[in-house]
Formats: sequence, C-alpha cells, structure tokens
Amino acid sequence: MAAERFVCKSSEFKDGERQIIRIGEKEIGVFKHEGEYFAYSNYCLHQGGPACEGLTIARVEERLREDKTSMGLSFSATDMNFVCPWHGYEYDMRTGEHIADRTIRLRKYKVLEKGDEVYVVV
Amino acid sequence: MDLISDRGRRVSVDELNTSVLLAHATQQARARKYEDMVIVDCDAHHYENENFGEILPYMENEVFKHLALASRQKGRGSVAPTGFGYQDMGGRVTRYPLRSSEKTEKGAVRDVQLGHRWMDAMGVDYSCLFPTGMLNIGLHPQKEMEFELCWAYARWVCEKVLPESGGRLYTMLSLPFGDPEGSLRMVEKFGDVKGVGGFMVTSVREKMAVYDNCYMKLYRAIEERGLALAFHSGPNWNSNTFQSCNRFISAHALGFSWFNILHCTNWVVNGMGERFPKMPVLWIEAGLAWVPFLMQKLDHEYLLRPSECPVLKKKPSDYMRDMFYSSQPMEIQDMDALQTTFRMINAETQLLYASDYPHWDFDLPSTIYDLPFLTEKAKHNILGGTAARLFNLPPRNDTQRANLIKHGNFNKHVPAPV
Repeated sequence: MAAERFVCKSSEFKDGERQIIRIGEKEIGVFKHEGEYFAYSNYCLHQGGPACEGLTIARVEERLREDKTSMGLSFSATDMNFVCPWHGYEYDMRTGEHIADRTIRLRKYKVLEKGDEVYVVV
Repeated sequence: MDLISDRGRRVSVDELNTSVLLAHATQQARARKYEDMVIVDCDAHHYENENFGEILPYMENEVFKHLALASRQKGRGSVAPTGFGYQDMGGRVTRYPLRSSEKTEKGAVRDVQLGHRWMDAMGVDYSCLFPTGMLNIGLHPQKEMEFELCWAYARWVCEKVLPESGGRLYTMLSLPFGDPEGSLRMVEKFGDVKGVGGFMVTSVREKMAVYDNCYMKLYRAIEERGLALAFHSGPNWNSNTFQSCNRFISAHALGFSWFNILHCTNWVVNGMGERFPKMPVLWIEAGLAWVPFLMQKLDHEYLLRPSECPVLKKKPSDYMRDMFYSSQPMEIQDMDALQTTFRMINAETQLLYASDYPHWDFDLPSTIYDLPFLTEKAKHNILGGTAARLFNLPPRNDTQRANLIKHGNFNKHVPAPV
C-alpha cells in the first residue's frame, strides 16, 4: 500500500539541490530541478552505488551538420543528468533512464507538494 | 567543498569519507555474508605520488636523489612519467576531486587507513597494493632513474606501509624492467620480505622483450622463491598506437587490453611457461574479453607456423590456461560470452577477483558473487580461495577456515593472523 513520506519543506528545498531519504533499507533521492521534483531509487543499476548522490551535470551533445561533419562537443541547454559517483553511470533527470541505454531505468517515485511540504509516495 | 559542474556551476558536497561513500557496498557485504569467505582483492591501488616526500629519500644514488628531490619544488617539473586523460570524467567520479578532503588519523600511514576503510566497506579481507603513477615507470627514458624510483618505492612499502597493515595488505613490487640486473637485485633484496607475494612488471611499455635472455636469471630467482610474477596493464594515450584515438574511452579501452595482449603473446610463443612452469604468472587489469580472442588467434596461427615456436609442447591456449587473470574490469554485458570466457580460462582455478579500487572503474565482490552460472566452489575460489593459496593468506575466522578446507585452498603451514 502506497504511503506518503515527508521529504522537507518546499521553501527550504532549493532548486538544483537534492534530498536523500531513508525508509528502512530503502533509499530515495529527490531532486528539485527547474521548479519540478523528481524522485528515484538511490541504488545504481550498475553495481549498487548511491546513484542520486553525485554530480548533476548537463548532457553532453555532439551536433552534426547536414554534411555529417561534427560541430564538436557542447553541453545541452535543456537536458540535465545526474551521475552515480561510484563509476559515472549517467541518468536522465526527467526519466531516470541511463542516457546511453534507455532500458536501464531507475525506479521512479511520485512526488507530491502539499502546501509548503514535499512528500514522496512509496 | 564545491565541485565544478557544467559551465562553472558549483555543486556543494561534503568532504569525502570512504566508509560513507561505500555504504551500499557494506550493505552488499552483509547481505551476502562475505565474512564467511576469504575475499582477496588481487589489485588495489594507492596514490604513491602523494607520498613522494617520504619515498624519494630512499633513493640510493645521490645524484638521482638530488634530481628527484629538487623536482619536488613547485614549477620544477616531474621526476616520473605521467599519463594524461580524464579518469575522473570531469569530476563525475567524485572520489578523485575530493580525495584530499578525506580525514585520517595523524601518526599512522594514511594510505593504510584508507585501504582498510574501503576493504572493510567492501568485505575484503586482503588486498594486493599497487601504485598508480608508477604504472608508467616503463615509459621513463632513463633506466637508472627507473631503478632508483622502483627501489625507493619498494623500501618505503616494505618498511613503512606493510608493517602497519596488520597483514591485510600485501604487494607485488614494481620491477625496473628496463634494468634486468637491477630487477634481479630487487628480487634478492625484497623477495623474502613479509607481505611481498611477488613482483610486478608494468606492461605499459612500448618496447619490452619479455623473452630476452637477460631476464632468465630474474625469472629463475622469482620461481625459486615460490613467488609470483604479474604483468599489470594500463593505458598510454601518448603511444603511437593510439594517436588516432580522439576520445579517452578509446585509448583506455584499447590500451589496457593491448599492452597485455602484446606481452602475453610474446610470453607464450617464446615458451616461457615451458621454461618456468612453477612460477605463477598473473595478467592484471585488462579485464577478460581479450583472453578468448588471443587464445583463438594464437592457436590458429600456431598450427600453421609451429616452426616459429619450437619450445612449445602444447597449444598456446593451454599455456594461457596455466596462467592467472584478474577479473577487473570484468566485461559483463553479454552473460553468455562471459560464461564462455570463464570456461575457456578455467576460471574456477585461474581467475582472481580484483577491485582496482579506488580507480574509476572498480568492481565490487558482488560482480563475481552474483554471477548466475558459478558453482559455490568457483565463487569461493575466485573471490579469494585461489589467491589465499597462491599468496599464503590465512583465514580470519573459523568459518573462513572451514570454507578454505572445503574447497581445497587451506594451507596448514600458513600462520594464523595476529
């Protein structure tokens, strides 16, 4: 049965930051990104590292011109990732999918904002 | 402290604490009851360059010592060859930029304290400690300096590090392979030191004739002492071979495999396994995917050109199956291919678990423990039983002892740990 677990007050949750909450053996990472909340299992699907506790970093892109020549590497202006600090597994902030293999996907949790309080549904 | 993310944005993080960083590894160790089995990490590292202030004074030659110590002053260059690249992935692997922030107790060797932290977190009983930067020592243009640095490092490890580790760290000392006589001298000086399980040749060398007659005394000295010889691989983006690689991933993935493929080929076709059959030979940190390739390639050509390998009495793959391989970084993407690899190398007796911690692509013991196709005996052997037998490492509790006996890895002549 789903239960709502308090994360923190939304007024104290700054954009670009994250909270790690522990429920028994379960750990969940809750991010606030561009005013939205995203919550995922904190266990990396590679070797079990703390997937939500590393850097958040813009997706690296390599754009190609029409003639297939490369424009070089650049950071995405829109797509943000979070990175497991153990080995660098890089996940899409909005989906929890590994950016190189979308079938590798962290368990996602629903986040609710009630007044000034943020809850995760587990 | 702050880590710099994209476009200079700063991300605040706490100081590094290895025990905290590896808390999930500790959960795995508890859940799998690692305390019941001896787990030996046959390839772990420290950053010896952070200890050069203590190491360099052990150099023997006063002129080279002066050169090395003078280079320690800011802006005066480097005494040892350094590789370049992006191991930390721009700070994504946070233990690299945060390493200096980790606190340790004063008065005790920092690297031993850090080693014990990650070993305890992972459930590892023993680790074979290797340097990091000195894996590039084979690229030094001066054989005298290569010897001096290897000698000084060996003295520091044997006199300062191993005695403080409570017997939980052992090592295979880096040989100055460019100096065959110096290498032999190192075996004679350090071969009987407690905690020295053998010697290591960094295979990151552009030119290395492992079959040259000048090395036969060296190999014999190692074999006579019942020690092991390891070839430890690494990347070298500077190598002519990799000049067309425009990404670190390319030079890294190919480099580790390539240098072991190169020297293992020369080792095998020149019949070194036939000449020194009692000396255990380990191939370290190249993963495993290269081994089936090389076995098939050499067997194929050997049947066509046996006159070029007259010392061999069996197929190259048979000699390769007599040697040992460290598991990390284990290519685990295709489970069927991995299972075939395990079969081809006789993993149950020839494969040794390695973490490579704290380097970026380390493997936990669970990479072996969780494999669906392994027998209980194979798990025990690979995770530590085989290494315990090779390096005379005693069990640390009664259950471990019983498991070593059960799987044929117990040596009753090895004294119990203090």
